[in-house]
Amino acid sequence: MTEILRTEGLSRYFGAVTAAEDINVTISEGEIVGVIGANGAGKTTFINMVTGYLPPSQGTIAFDGSPIKGMGPRKLMRKGLARSFQIPQLFLELPVIDNLAIALSAAEHRQFQMIRPVRTPERIKAADEILEQMNINHYRDEMVTAMPQGARKLLDIAIAMLGNPRMLLLDEPTSGVSMEEKYTLMDTVMEAVRQRGLTVLFVEHDMEIVQRYVSRILAFASGEVIKDGPVDEVLADAKVQELVTGKHHRTPEKEGDA
Amino acid sequence: MKLERTELSLIGVAIAIAILAQFSPNWLVFTLTLAISTALVVMGVVMLMRAGLVSFGQGLFYCLGGYAVGLGGRFLGITDALVLVGLGVVVTTVVAMILGLLMTRYREIFFAMLSLAFSMILYGILVKSHGLGSTDGFGVVDWTLLGFTPGDGQATTTALMLALVLALAIALFLNRYFKSSIGLACEAIRENEVRVEYMGISHRKVLYINYVLAAAVGSVGGSMTALAAGHVDPTMAYWTISGEFVFIAILGGTGHVAAPFIAALIFTLVRTYAVELAPNAWQMILGIVLLLIILFLPKGIWSLFTRKKGAAS
Amino acid sequence: MLTVWAILIDGFIYASWLFLVAAGLTVIYGVMRILNMAHGSLYALGAYAAASALGWYYAQGGDQLWIAFAIIAVSAILIGAISGLIIERGLLRLMYGRDEILMLIITFAVLLILEDVMKLVWGTTPYFAWQPYAAMGRFNIDVLTVSQYDLLVMALSVVIGLGLWFWLERTNMGKILRSIIHDREVSEAMGVNVRRMFTITFMIGATLGAIAGGVTAPIISVVPGIGVEVIVLAFAVVVTGGLGSITGAAVGAVIVGLARATSIHTMPELELFIIYAVMATVLVFRPHGLFGLAAARKI
Ligand SMILES: Nc1ncnc2c1ncn2[C@@H]1O[C@H](COP(=O)(O)OP(=O)(O)OP(=O)(O)O)[C@@H](O)[C@H]1O
Ligand SMILES: [Mg+2]
Repeated sequence: MTEILRTEGLSRYFGAVTAAEDINVTISEGEIVGVIGANGAGKTTFINMVTGYLPPSQGTIAFDGSPIKGMGPRKLMRKGLARSFQIPQLFLELPVIDNLAIALSAAEHRQFQMIRPVRTPERIKAADEILEQMNINHYRDEMVTAMPQGARKLLDIAIAMLGNPRMLLLDEPTSGVSMEEKYTLMDTVMEAVRQRGLTVLFVEHDMEIVQRYVSRILAFASGEVIKDGPVDEVLADAKVQELVTGKHHRTPEKEGDA
Repeated sequence: MKLERTELSLIGVAIAIAILAQFSPNWLVFTLTLAISTALVVMGVVMLMRAGLVSFGQGLFYCLGGYAVGLGGRFLGITDALVLVGLGVVVTTVVAMILGLLMTRYREIFFAMLSLAFSMILYGILVKSHGLGSTDGFGVVDWTLLGFTPGDGQATTTALMLALVLALAIALFLNRYFKSSIGLACEAIRENEVRVEYMGISHRKVLYINYVLAAAVGSVGGSMTALAAGHVDPTMAYWTISGEFVFIAILGGTGHVAAPFIAALIFTLVRTYAVELAPNAWQMILGIVLLLIILFLPKGIWSLFTRKKGAAS
Repeated sequence: MLTVWAILIDGFIYASWLFLVAAGLTVIYGVMRILNMAHGSLYALGAYAAASALGWYYAQGGDQLWIAFAIIAVSAILIGAISGLIIERGLLRLMYGRDEILMLIITFAVLLILEDVMKLVWGTTPYFAWQPYAAMGRFNIDVLTVSQYDLLVMALSVVIGLGLWFWLERTNMGKILRSIIHDREVSEAMGVNVRRMFTITFMIGATLGAIAGGVTAPIISVVPGIGVEVIVLAFAVVVTGGLGSITGAAVGAVIVGLARATSIHTMPELELFIIYAVMATVLVFRPHGLFGLAAARKI
């Protein structure tokens, strides 16, 4: 399998806080990797650095064999790196269909068109398809504000996939979603991912979900990757059990701190 | 090209106004021209508002458009109104392209204050320009339109016709623009810049294009005001004038291209009377109305900034 | 050489006046995140109150300088505190939690209303209250004449600057205010009465504006529109220095003051231009002003 993402010595400090420390990770094309870790372990920081939102304090990142450090989210999206967000980042006061149409026009490099409507028949068709696939087509003409959290998560991921990425980083796709809905949501997402043949890295607090969908786990604690390997091996690790999956691994979620 | 309903209505209303103007008293024709010109500047403010930006300095472009007409007639010997308006657009576009490089870095109150500052720079320069009449400004030369020289009493109507045609063209364009990729991208930036970047859209580029377009549209409003009123002075760039444009923009809301025109017409008509009846209460009326809209009519405009409640588009 | 001295003297006199005008604006923004467009109107209110009170005093045949100063202080503080209280309690209070830009527009509405309120109360004819200024006299440095009154303004500006610093850095209330600045929600959760703090802060900021107007009244003719002119200068100062920072306002005032004095003594046509050119230049290199901080967004 060919390597798609590699980080070496990736670190990030916020003043005295170490959010990420010496992260060395290599991910191969087609892998589905789970990321676990307690609150504040540095999972989001890792995704932020890889997707160009946060400049790393140290270290290098290579995507598809070439260095990408210093590139912003815009450039990396063009290279095929997409992400979703812990708190969905959507255009709340716009209809769902427009959220998707804008993403589609951007993916076609047509975002500077001044006369042609953003809602072209082709874009509407593509948007309807993904809405259907994600099972949120009934919100098509509603404002995003009218959607429940689970549907917003799915829309957030749908938008990420519209850029035709090769790799998708999902930051807690199931946070804020009720227990029963989590599996349906993940099934929907994973099916879409499989269809597109994407490489996926996803952050998840629920170990059952992690076990069900991934073959490999990265365990984060205090900014470091303390264990990287096959699911059973990582979950059996004493340090992981102590720092990540111990009795209190389900810490309450923080919502709305965007 | 198929015309949609909004476009047909716009054209219809423009024709209706053109016909009615033939039978209207001069003062009404003049007021209409001013209202349309004002609406064009307000349209620029609305374009920025759709992108989440409030400009307290749109008077800069209004003034540039006005002075381009005045100076072009006086120093370049241009008399054709269309050429004068075009000159204003060119000058304004160049200025906006330079300022835009800086302005697109700013949001919220910083954008508001910086736009205010730039218009005050122009004001400061004009006030000290004795050759241009300082605070008094100067008169605009008699103009022609495509070889036609308006005779006595014809100038007002001719100005209205020109304003109507230009405003119609701009409104038709903006109606499409607001629904285009870039028009929606502006709204997307207002809603969530992070997502916009992650979509692969350069928010700076989108805002830059929108800023320059808004400036150019505003300049047409300034030029038309100068042509109709026959006079320009530095207050066009004074920040309270820009404040009035913000007021009208909020009054009309950002939901529709026609809104600025209706709001500007109400504003201009009410001002005509208020300034006579209660000259020392006009601003107070504006202030109170502004507060009332914000408090009780948040939908038109405030759905823009609250980012929470659903709103009709 | 003489020009250099003239620039320095005028520059610092102007800077201290600018600081007086801008201090209240930056305090209110720093604590409440409200950029108060009506600050200039509070300045104008202070000027009108002081001018009419002084006019009354001198019409009574008064000639005591210290009483005149007391009159300026009392009238400005009274009108500033009362209007501040009314604006905050009557209006701003209803709007807390909204966007900064909306608050800006709301204070713009307040400005519009106050402008006409002043016209209705004081009319449109100018008020003069030059007596304290004249009574203070002048002295010469070489051939340059300096008014003692201006020196007094300078001293007042230093006192107010130090007072604000002491209030925010050394008092208990300052500590509370800083915790509000740092994180409003957390301090609210810890039992801080944020609303009361806001009322007090707004009253203090408004009073500072009125005091600036009060002490300026003897130097100018008090006419409608002075507030509208002053607010853009105050904006330039606080934006240059960094919104919400007292130090920033002081440094911004000095920079803008010196720049303006330089322009007046060398290229008077560029006076207004220079002020904003300085501001724009600073912003090109430091987008949030000299002492301002950018807030990062967490996703
Ligand atoms: N912009 C920032 N400024 C300062 N500190 C930050 C910033 N972003 C993250 N941190 C800190 O870095 C550490 C790692 O944060 P991060 O958000 O990456 O954790 P996480 O693993 O995603 O946690 P969670 O499960 O809560 O999402 C935390 O201590 C956090 O407080
Ligand atoms: Mg996280």
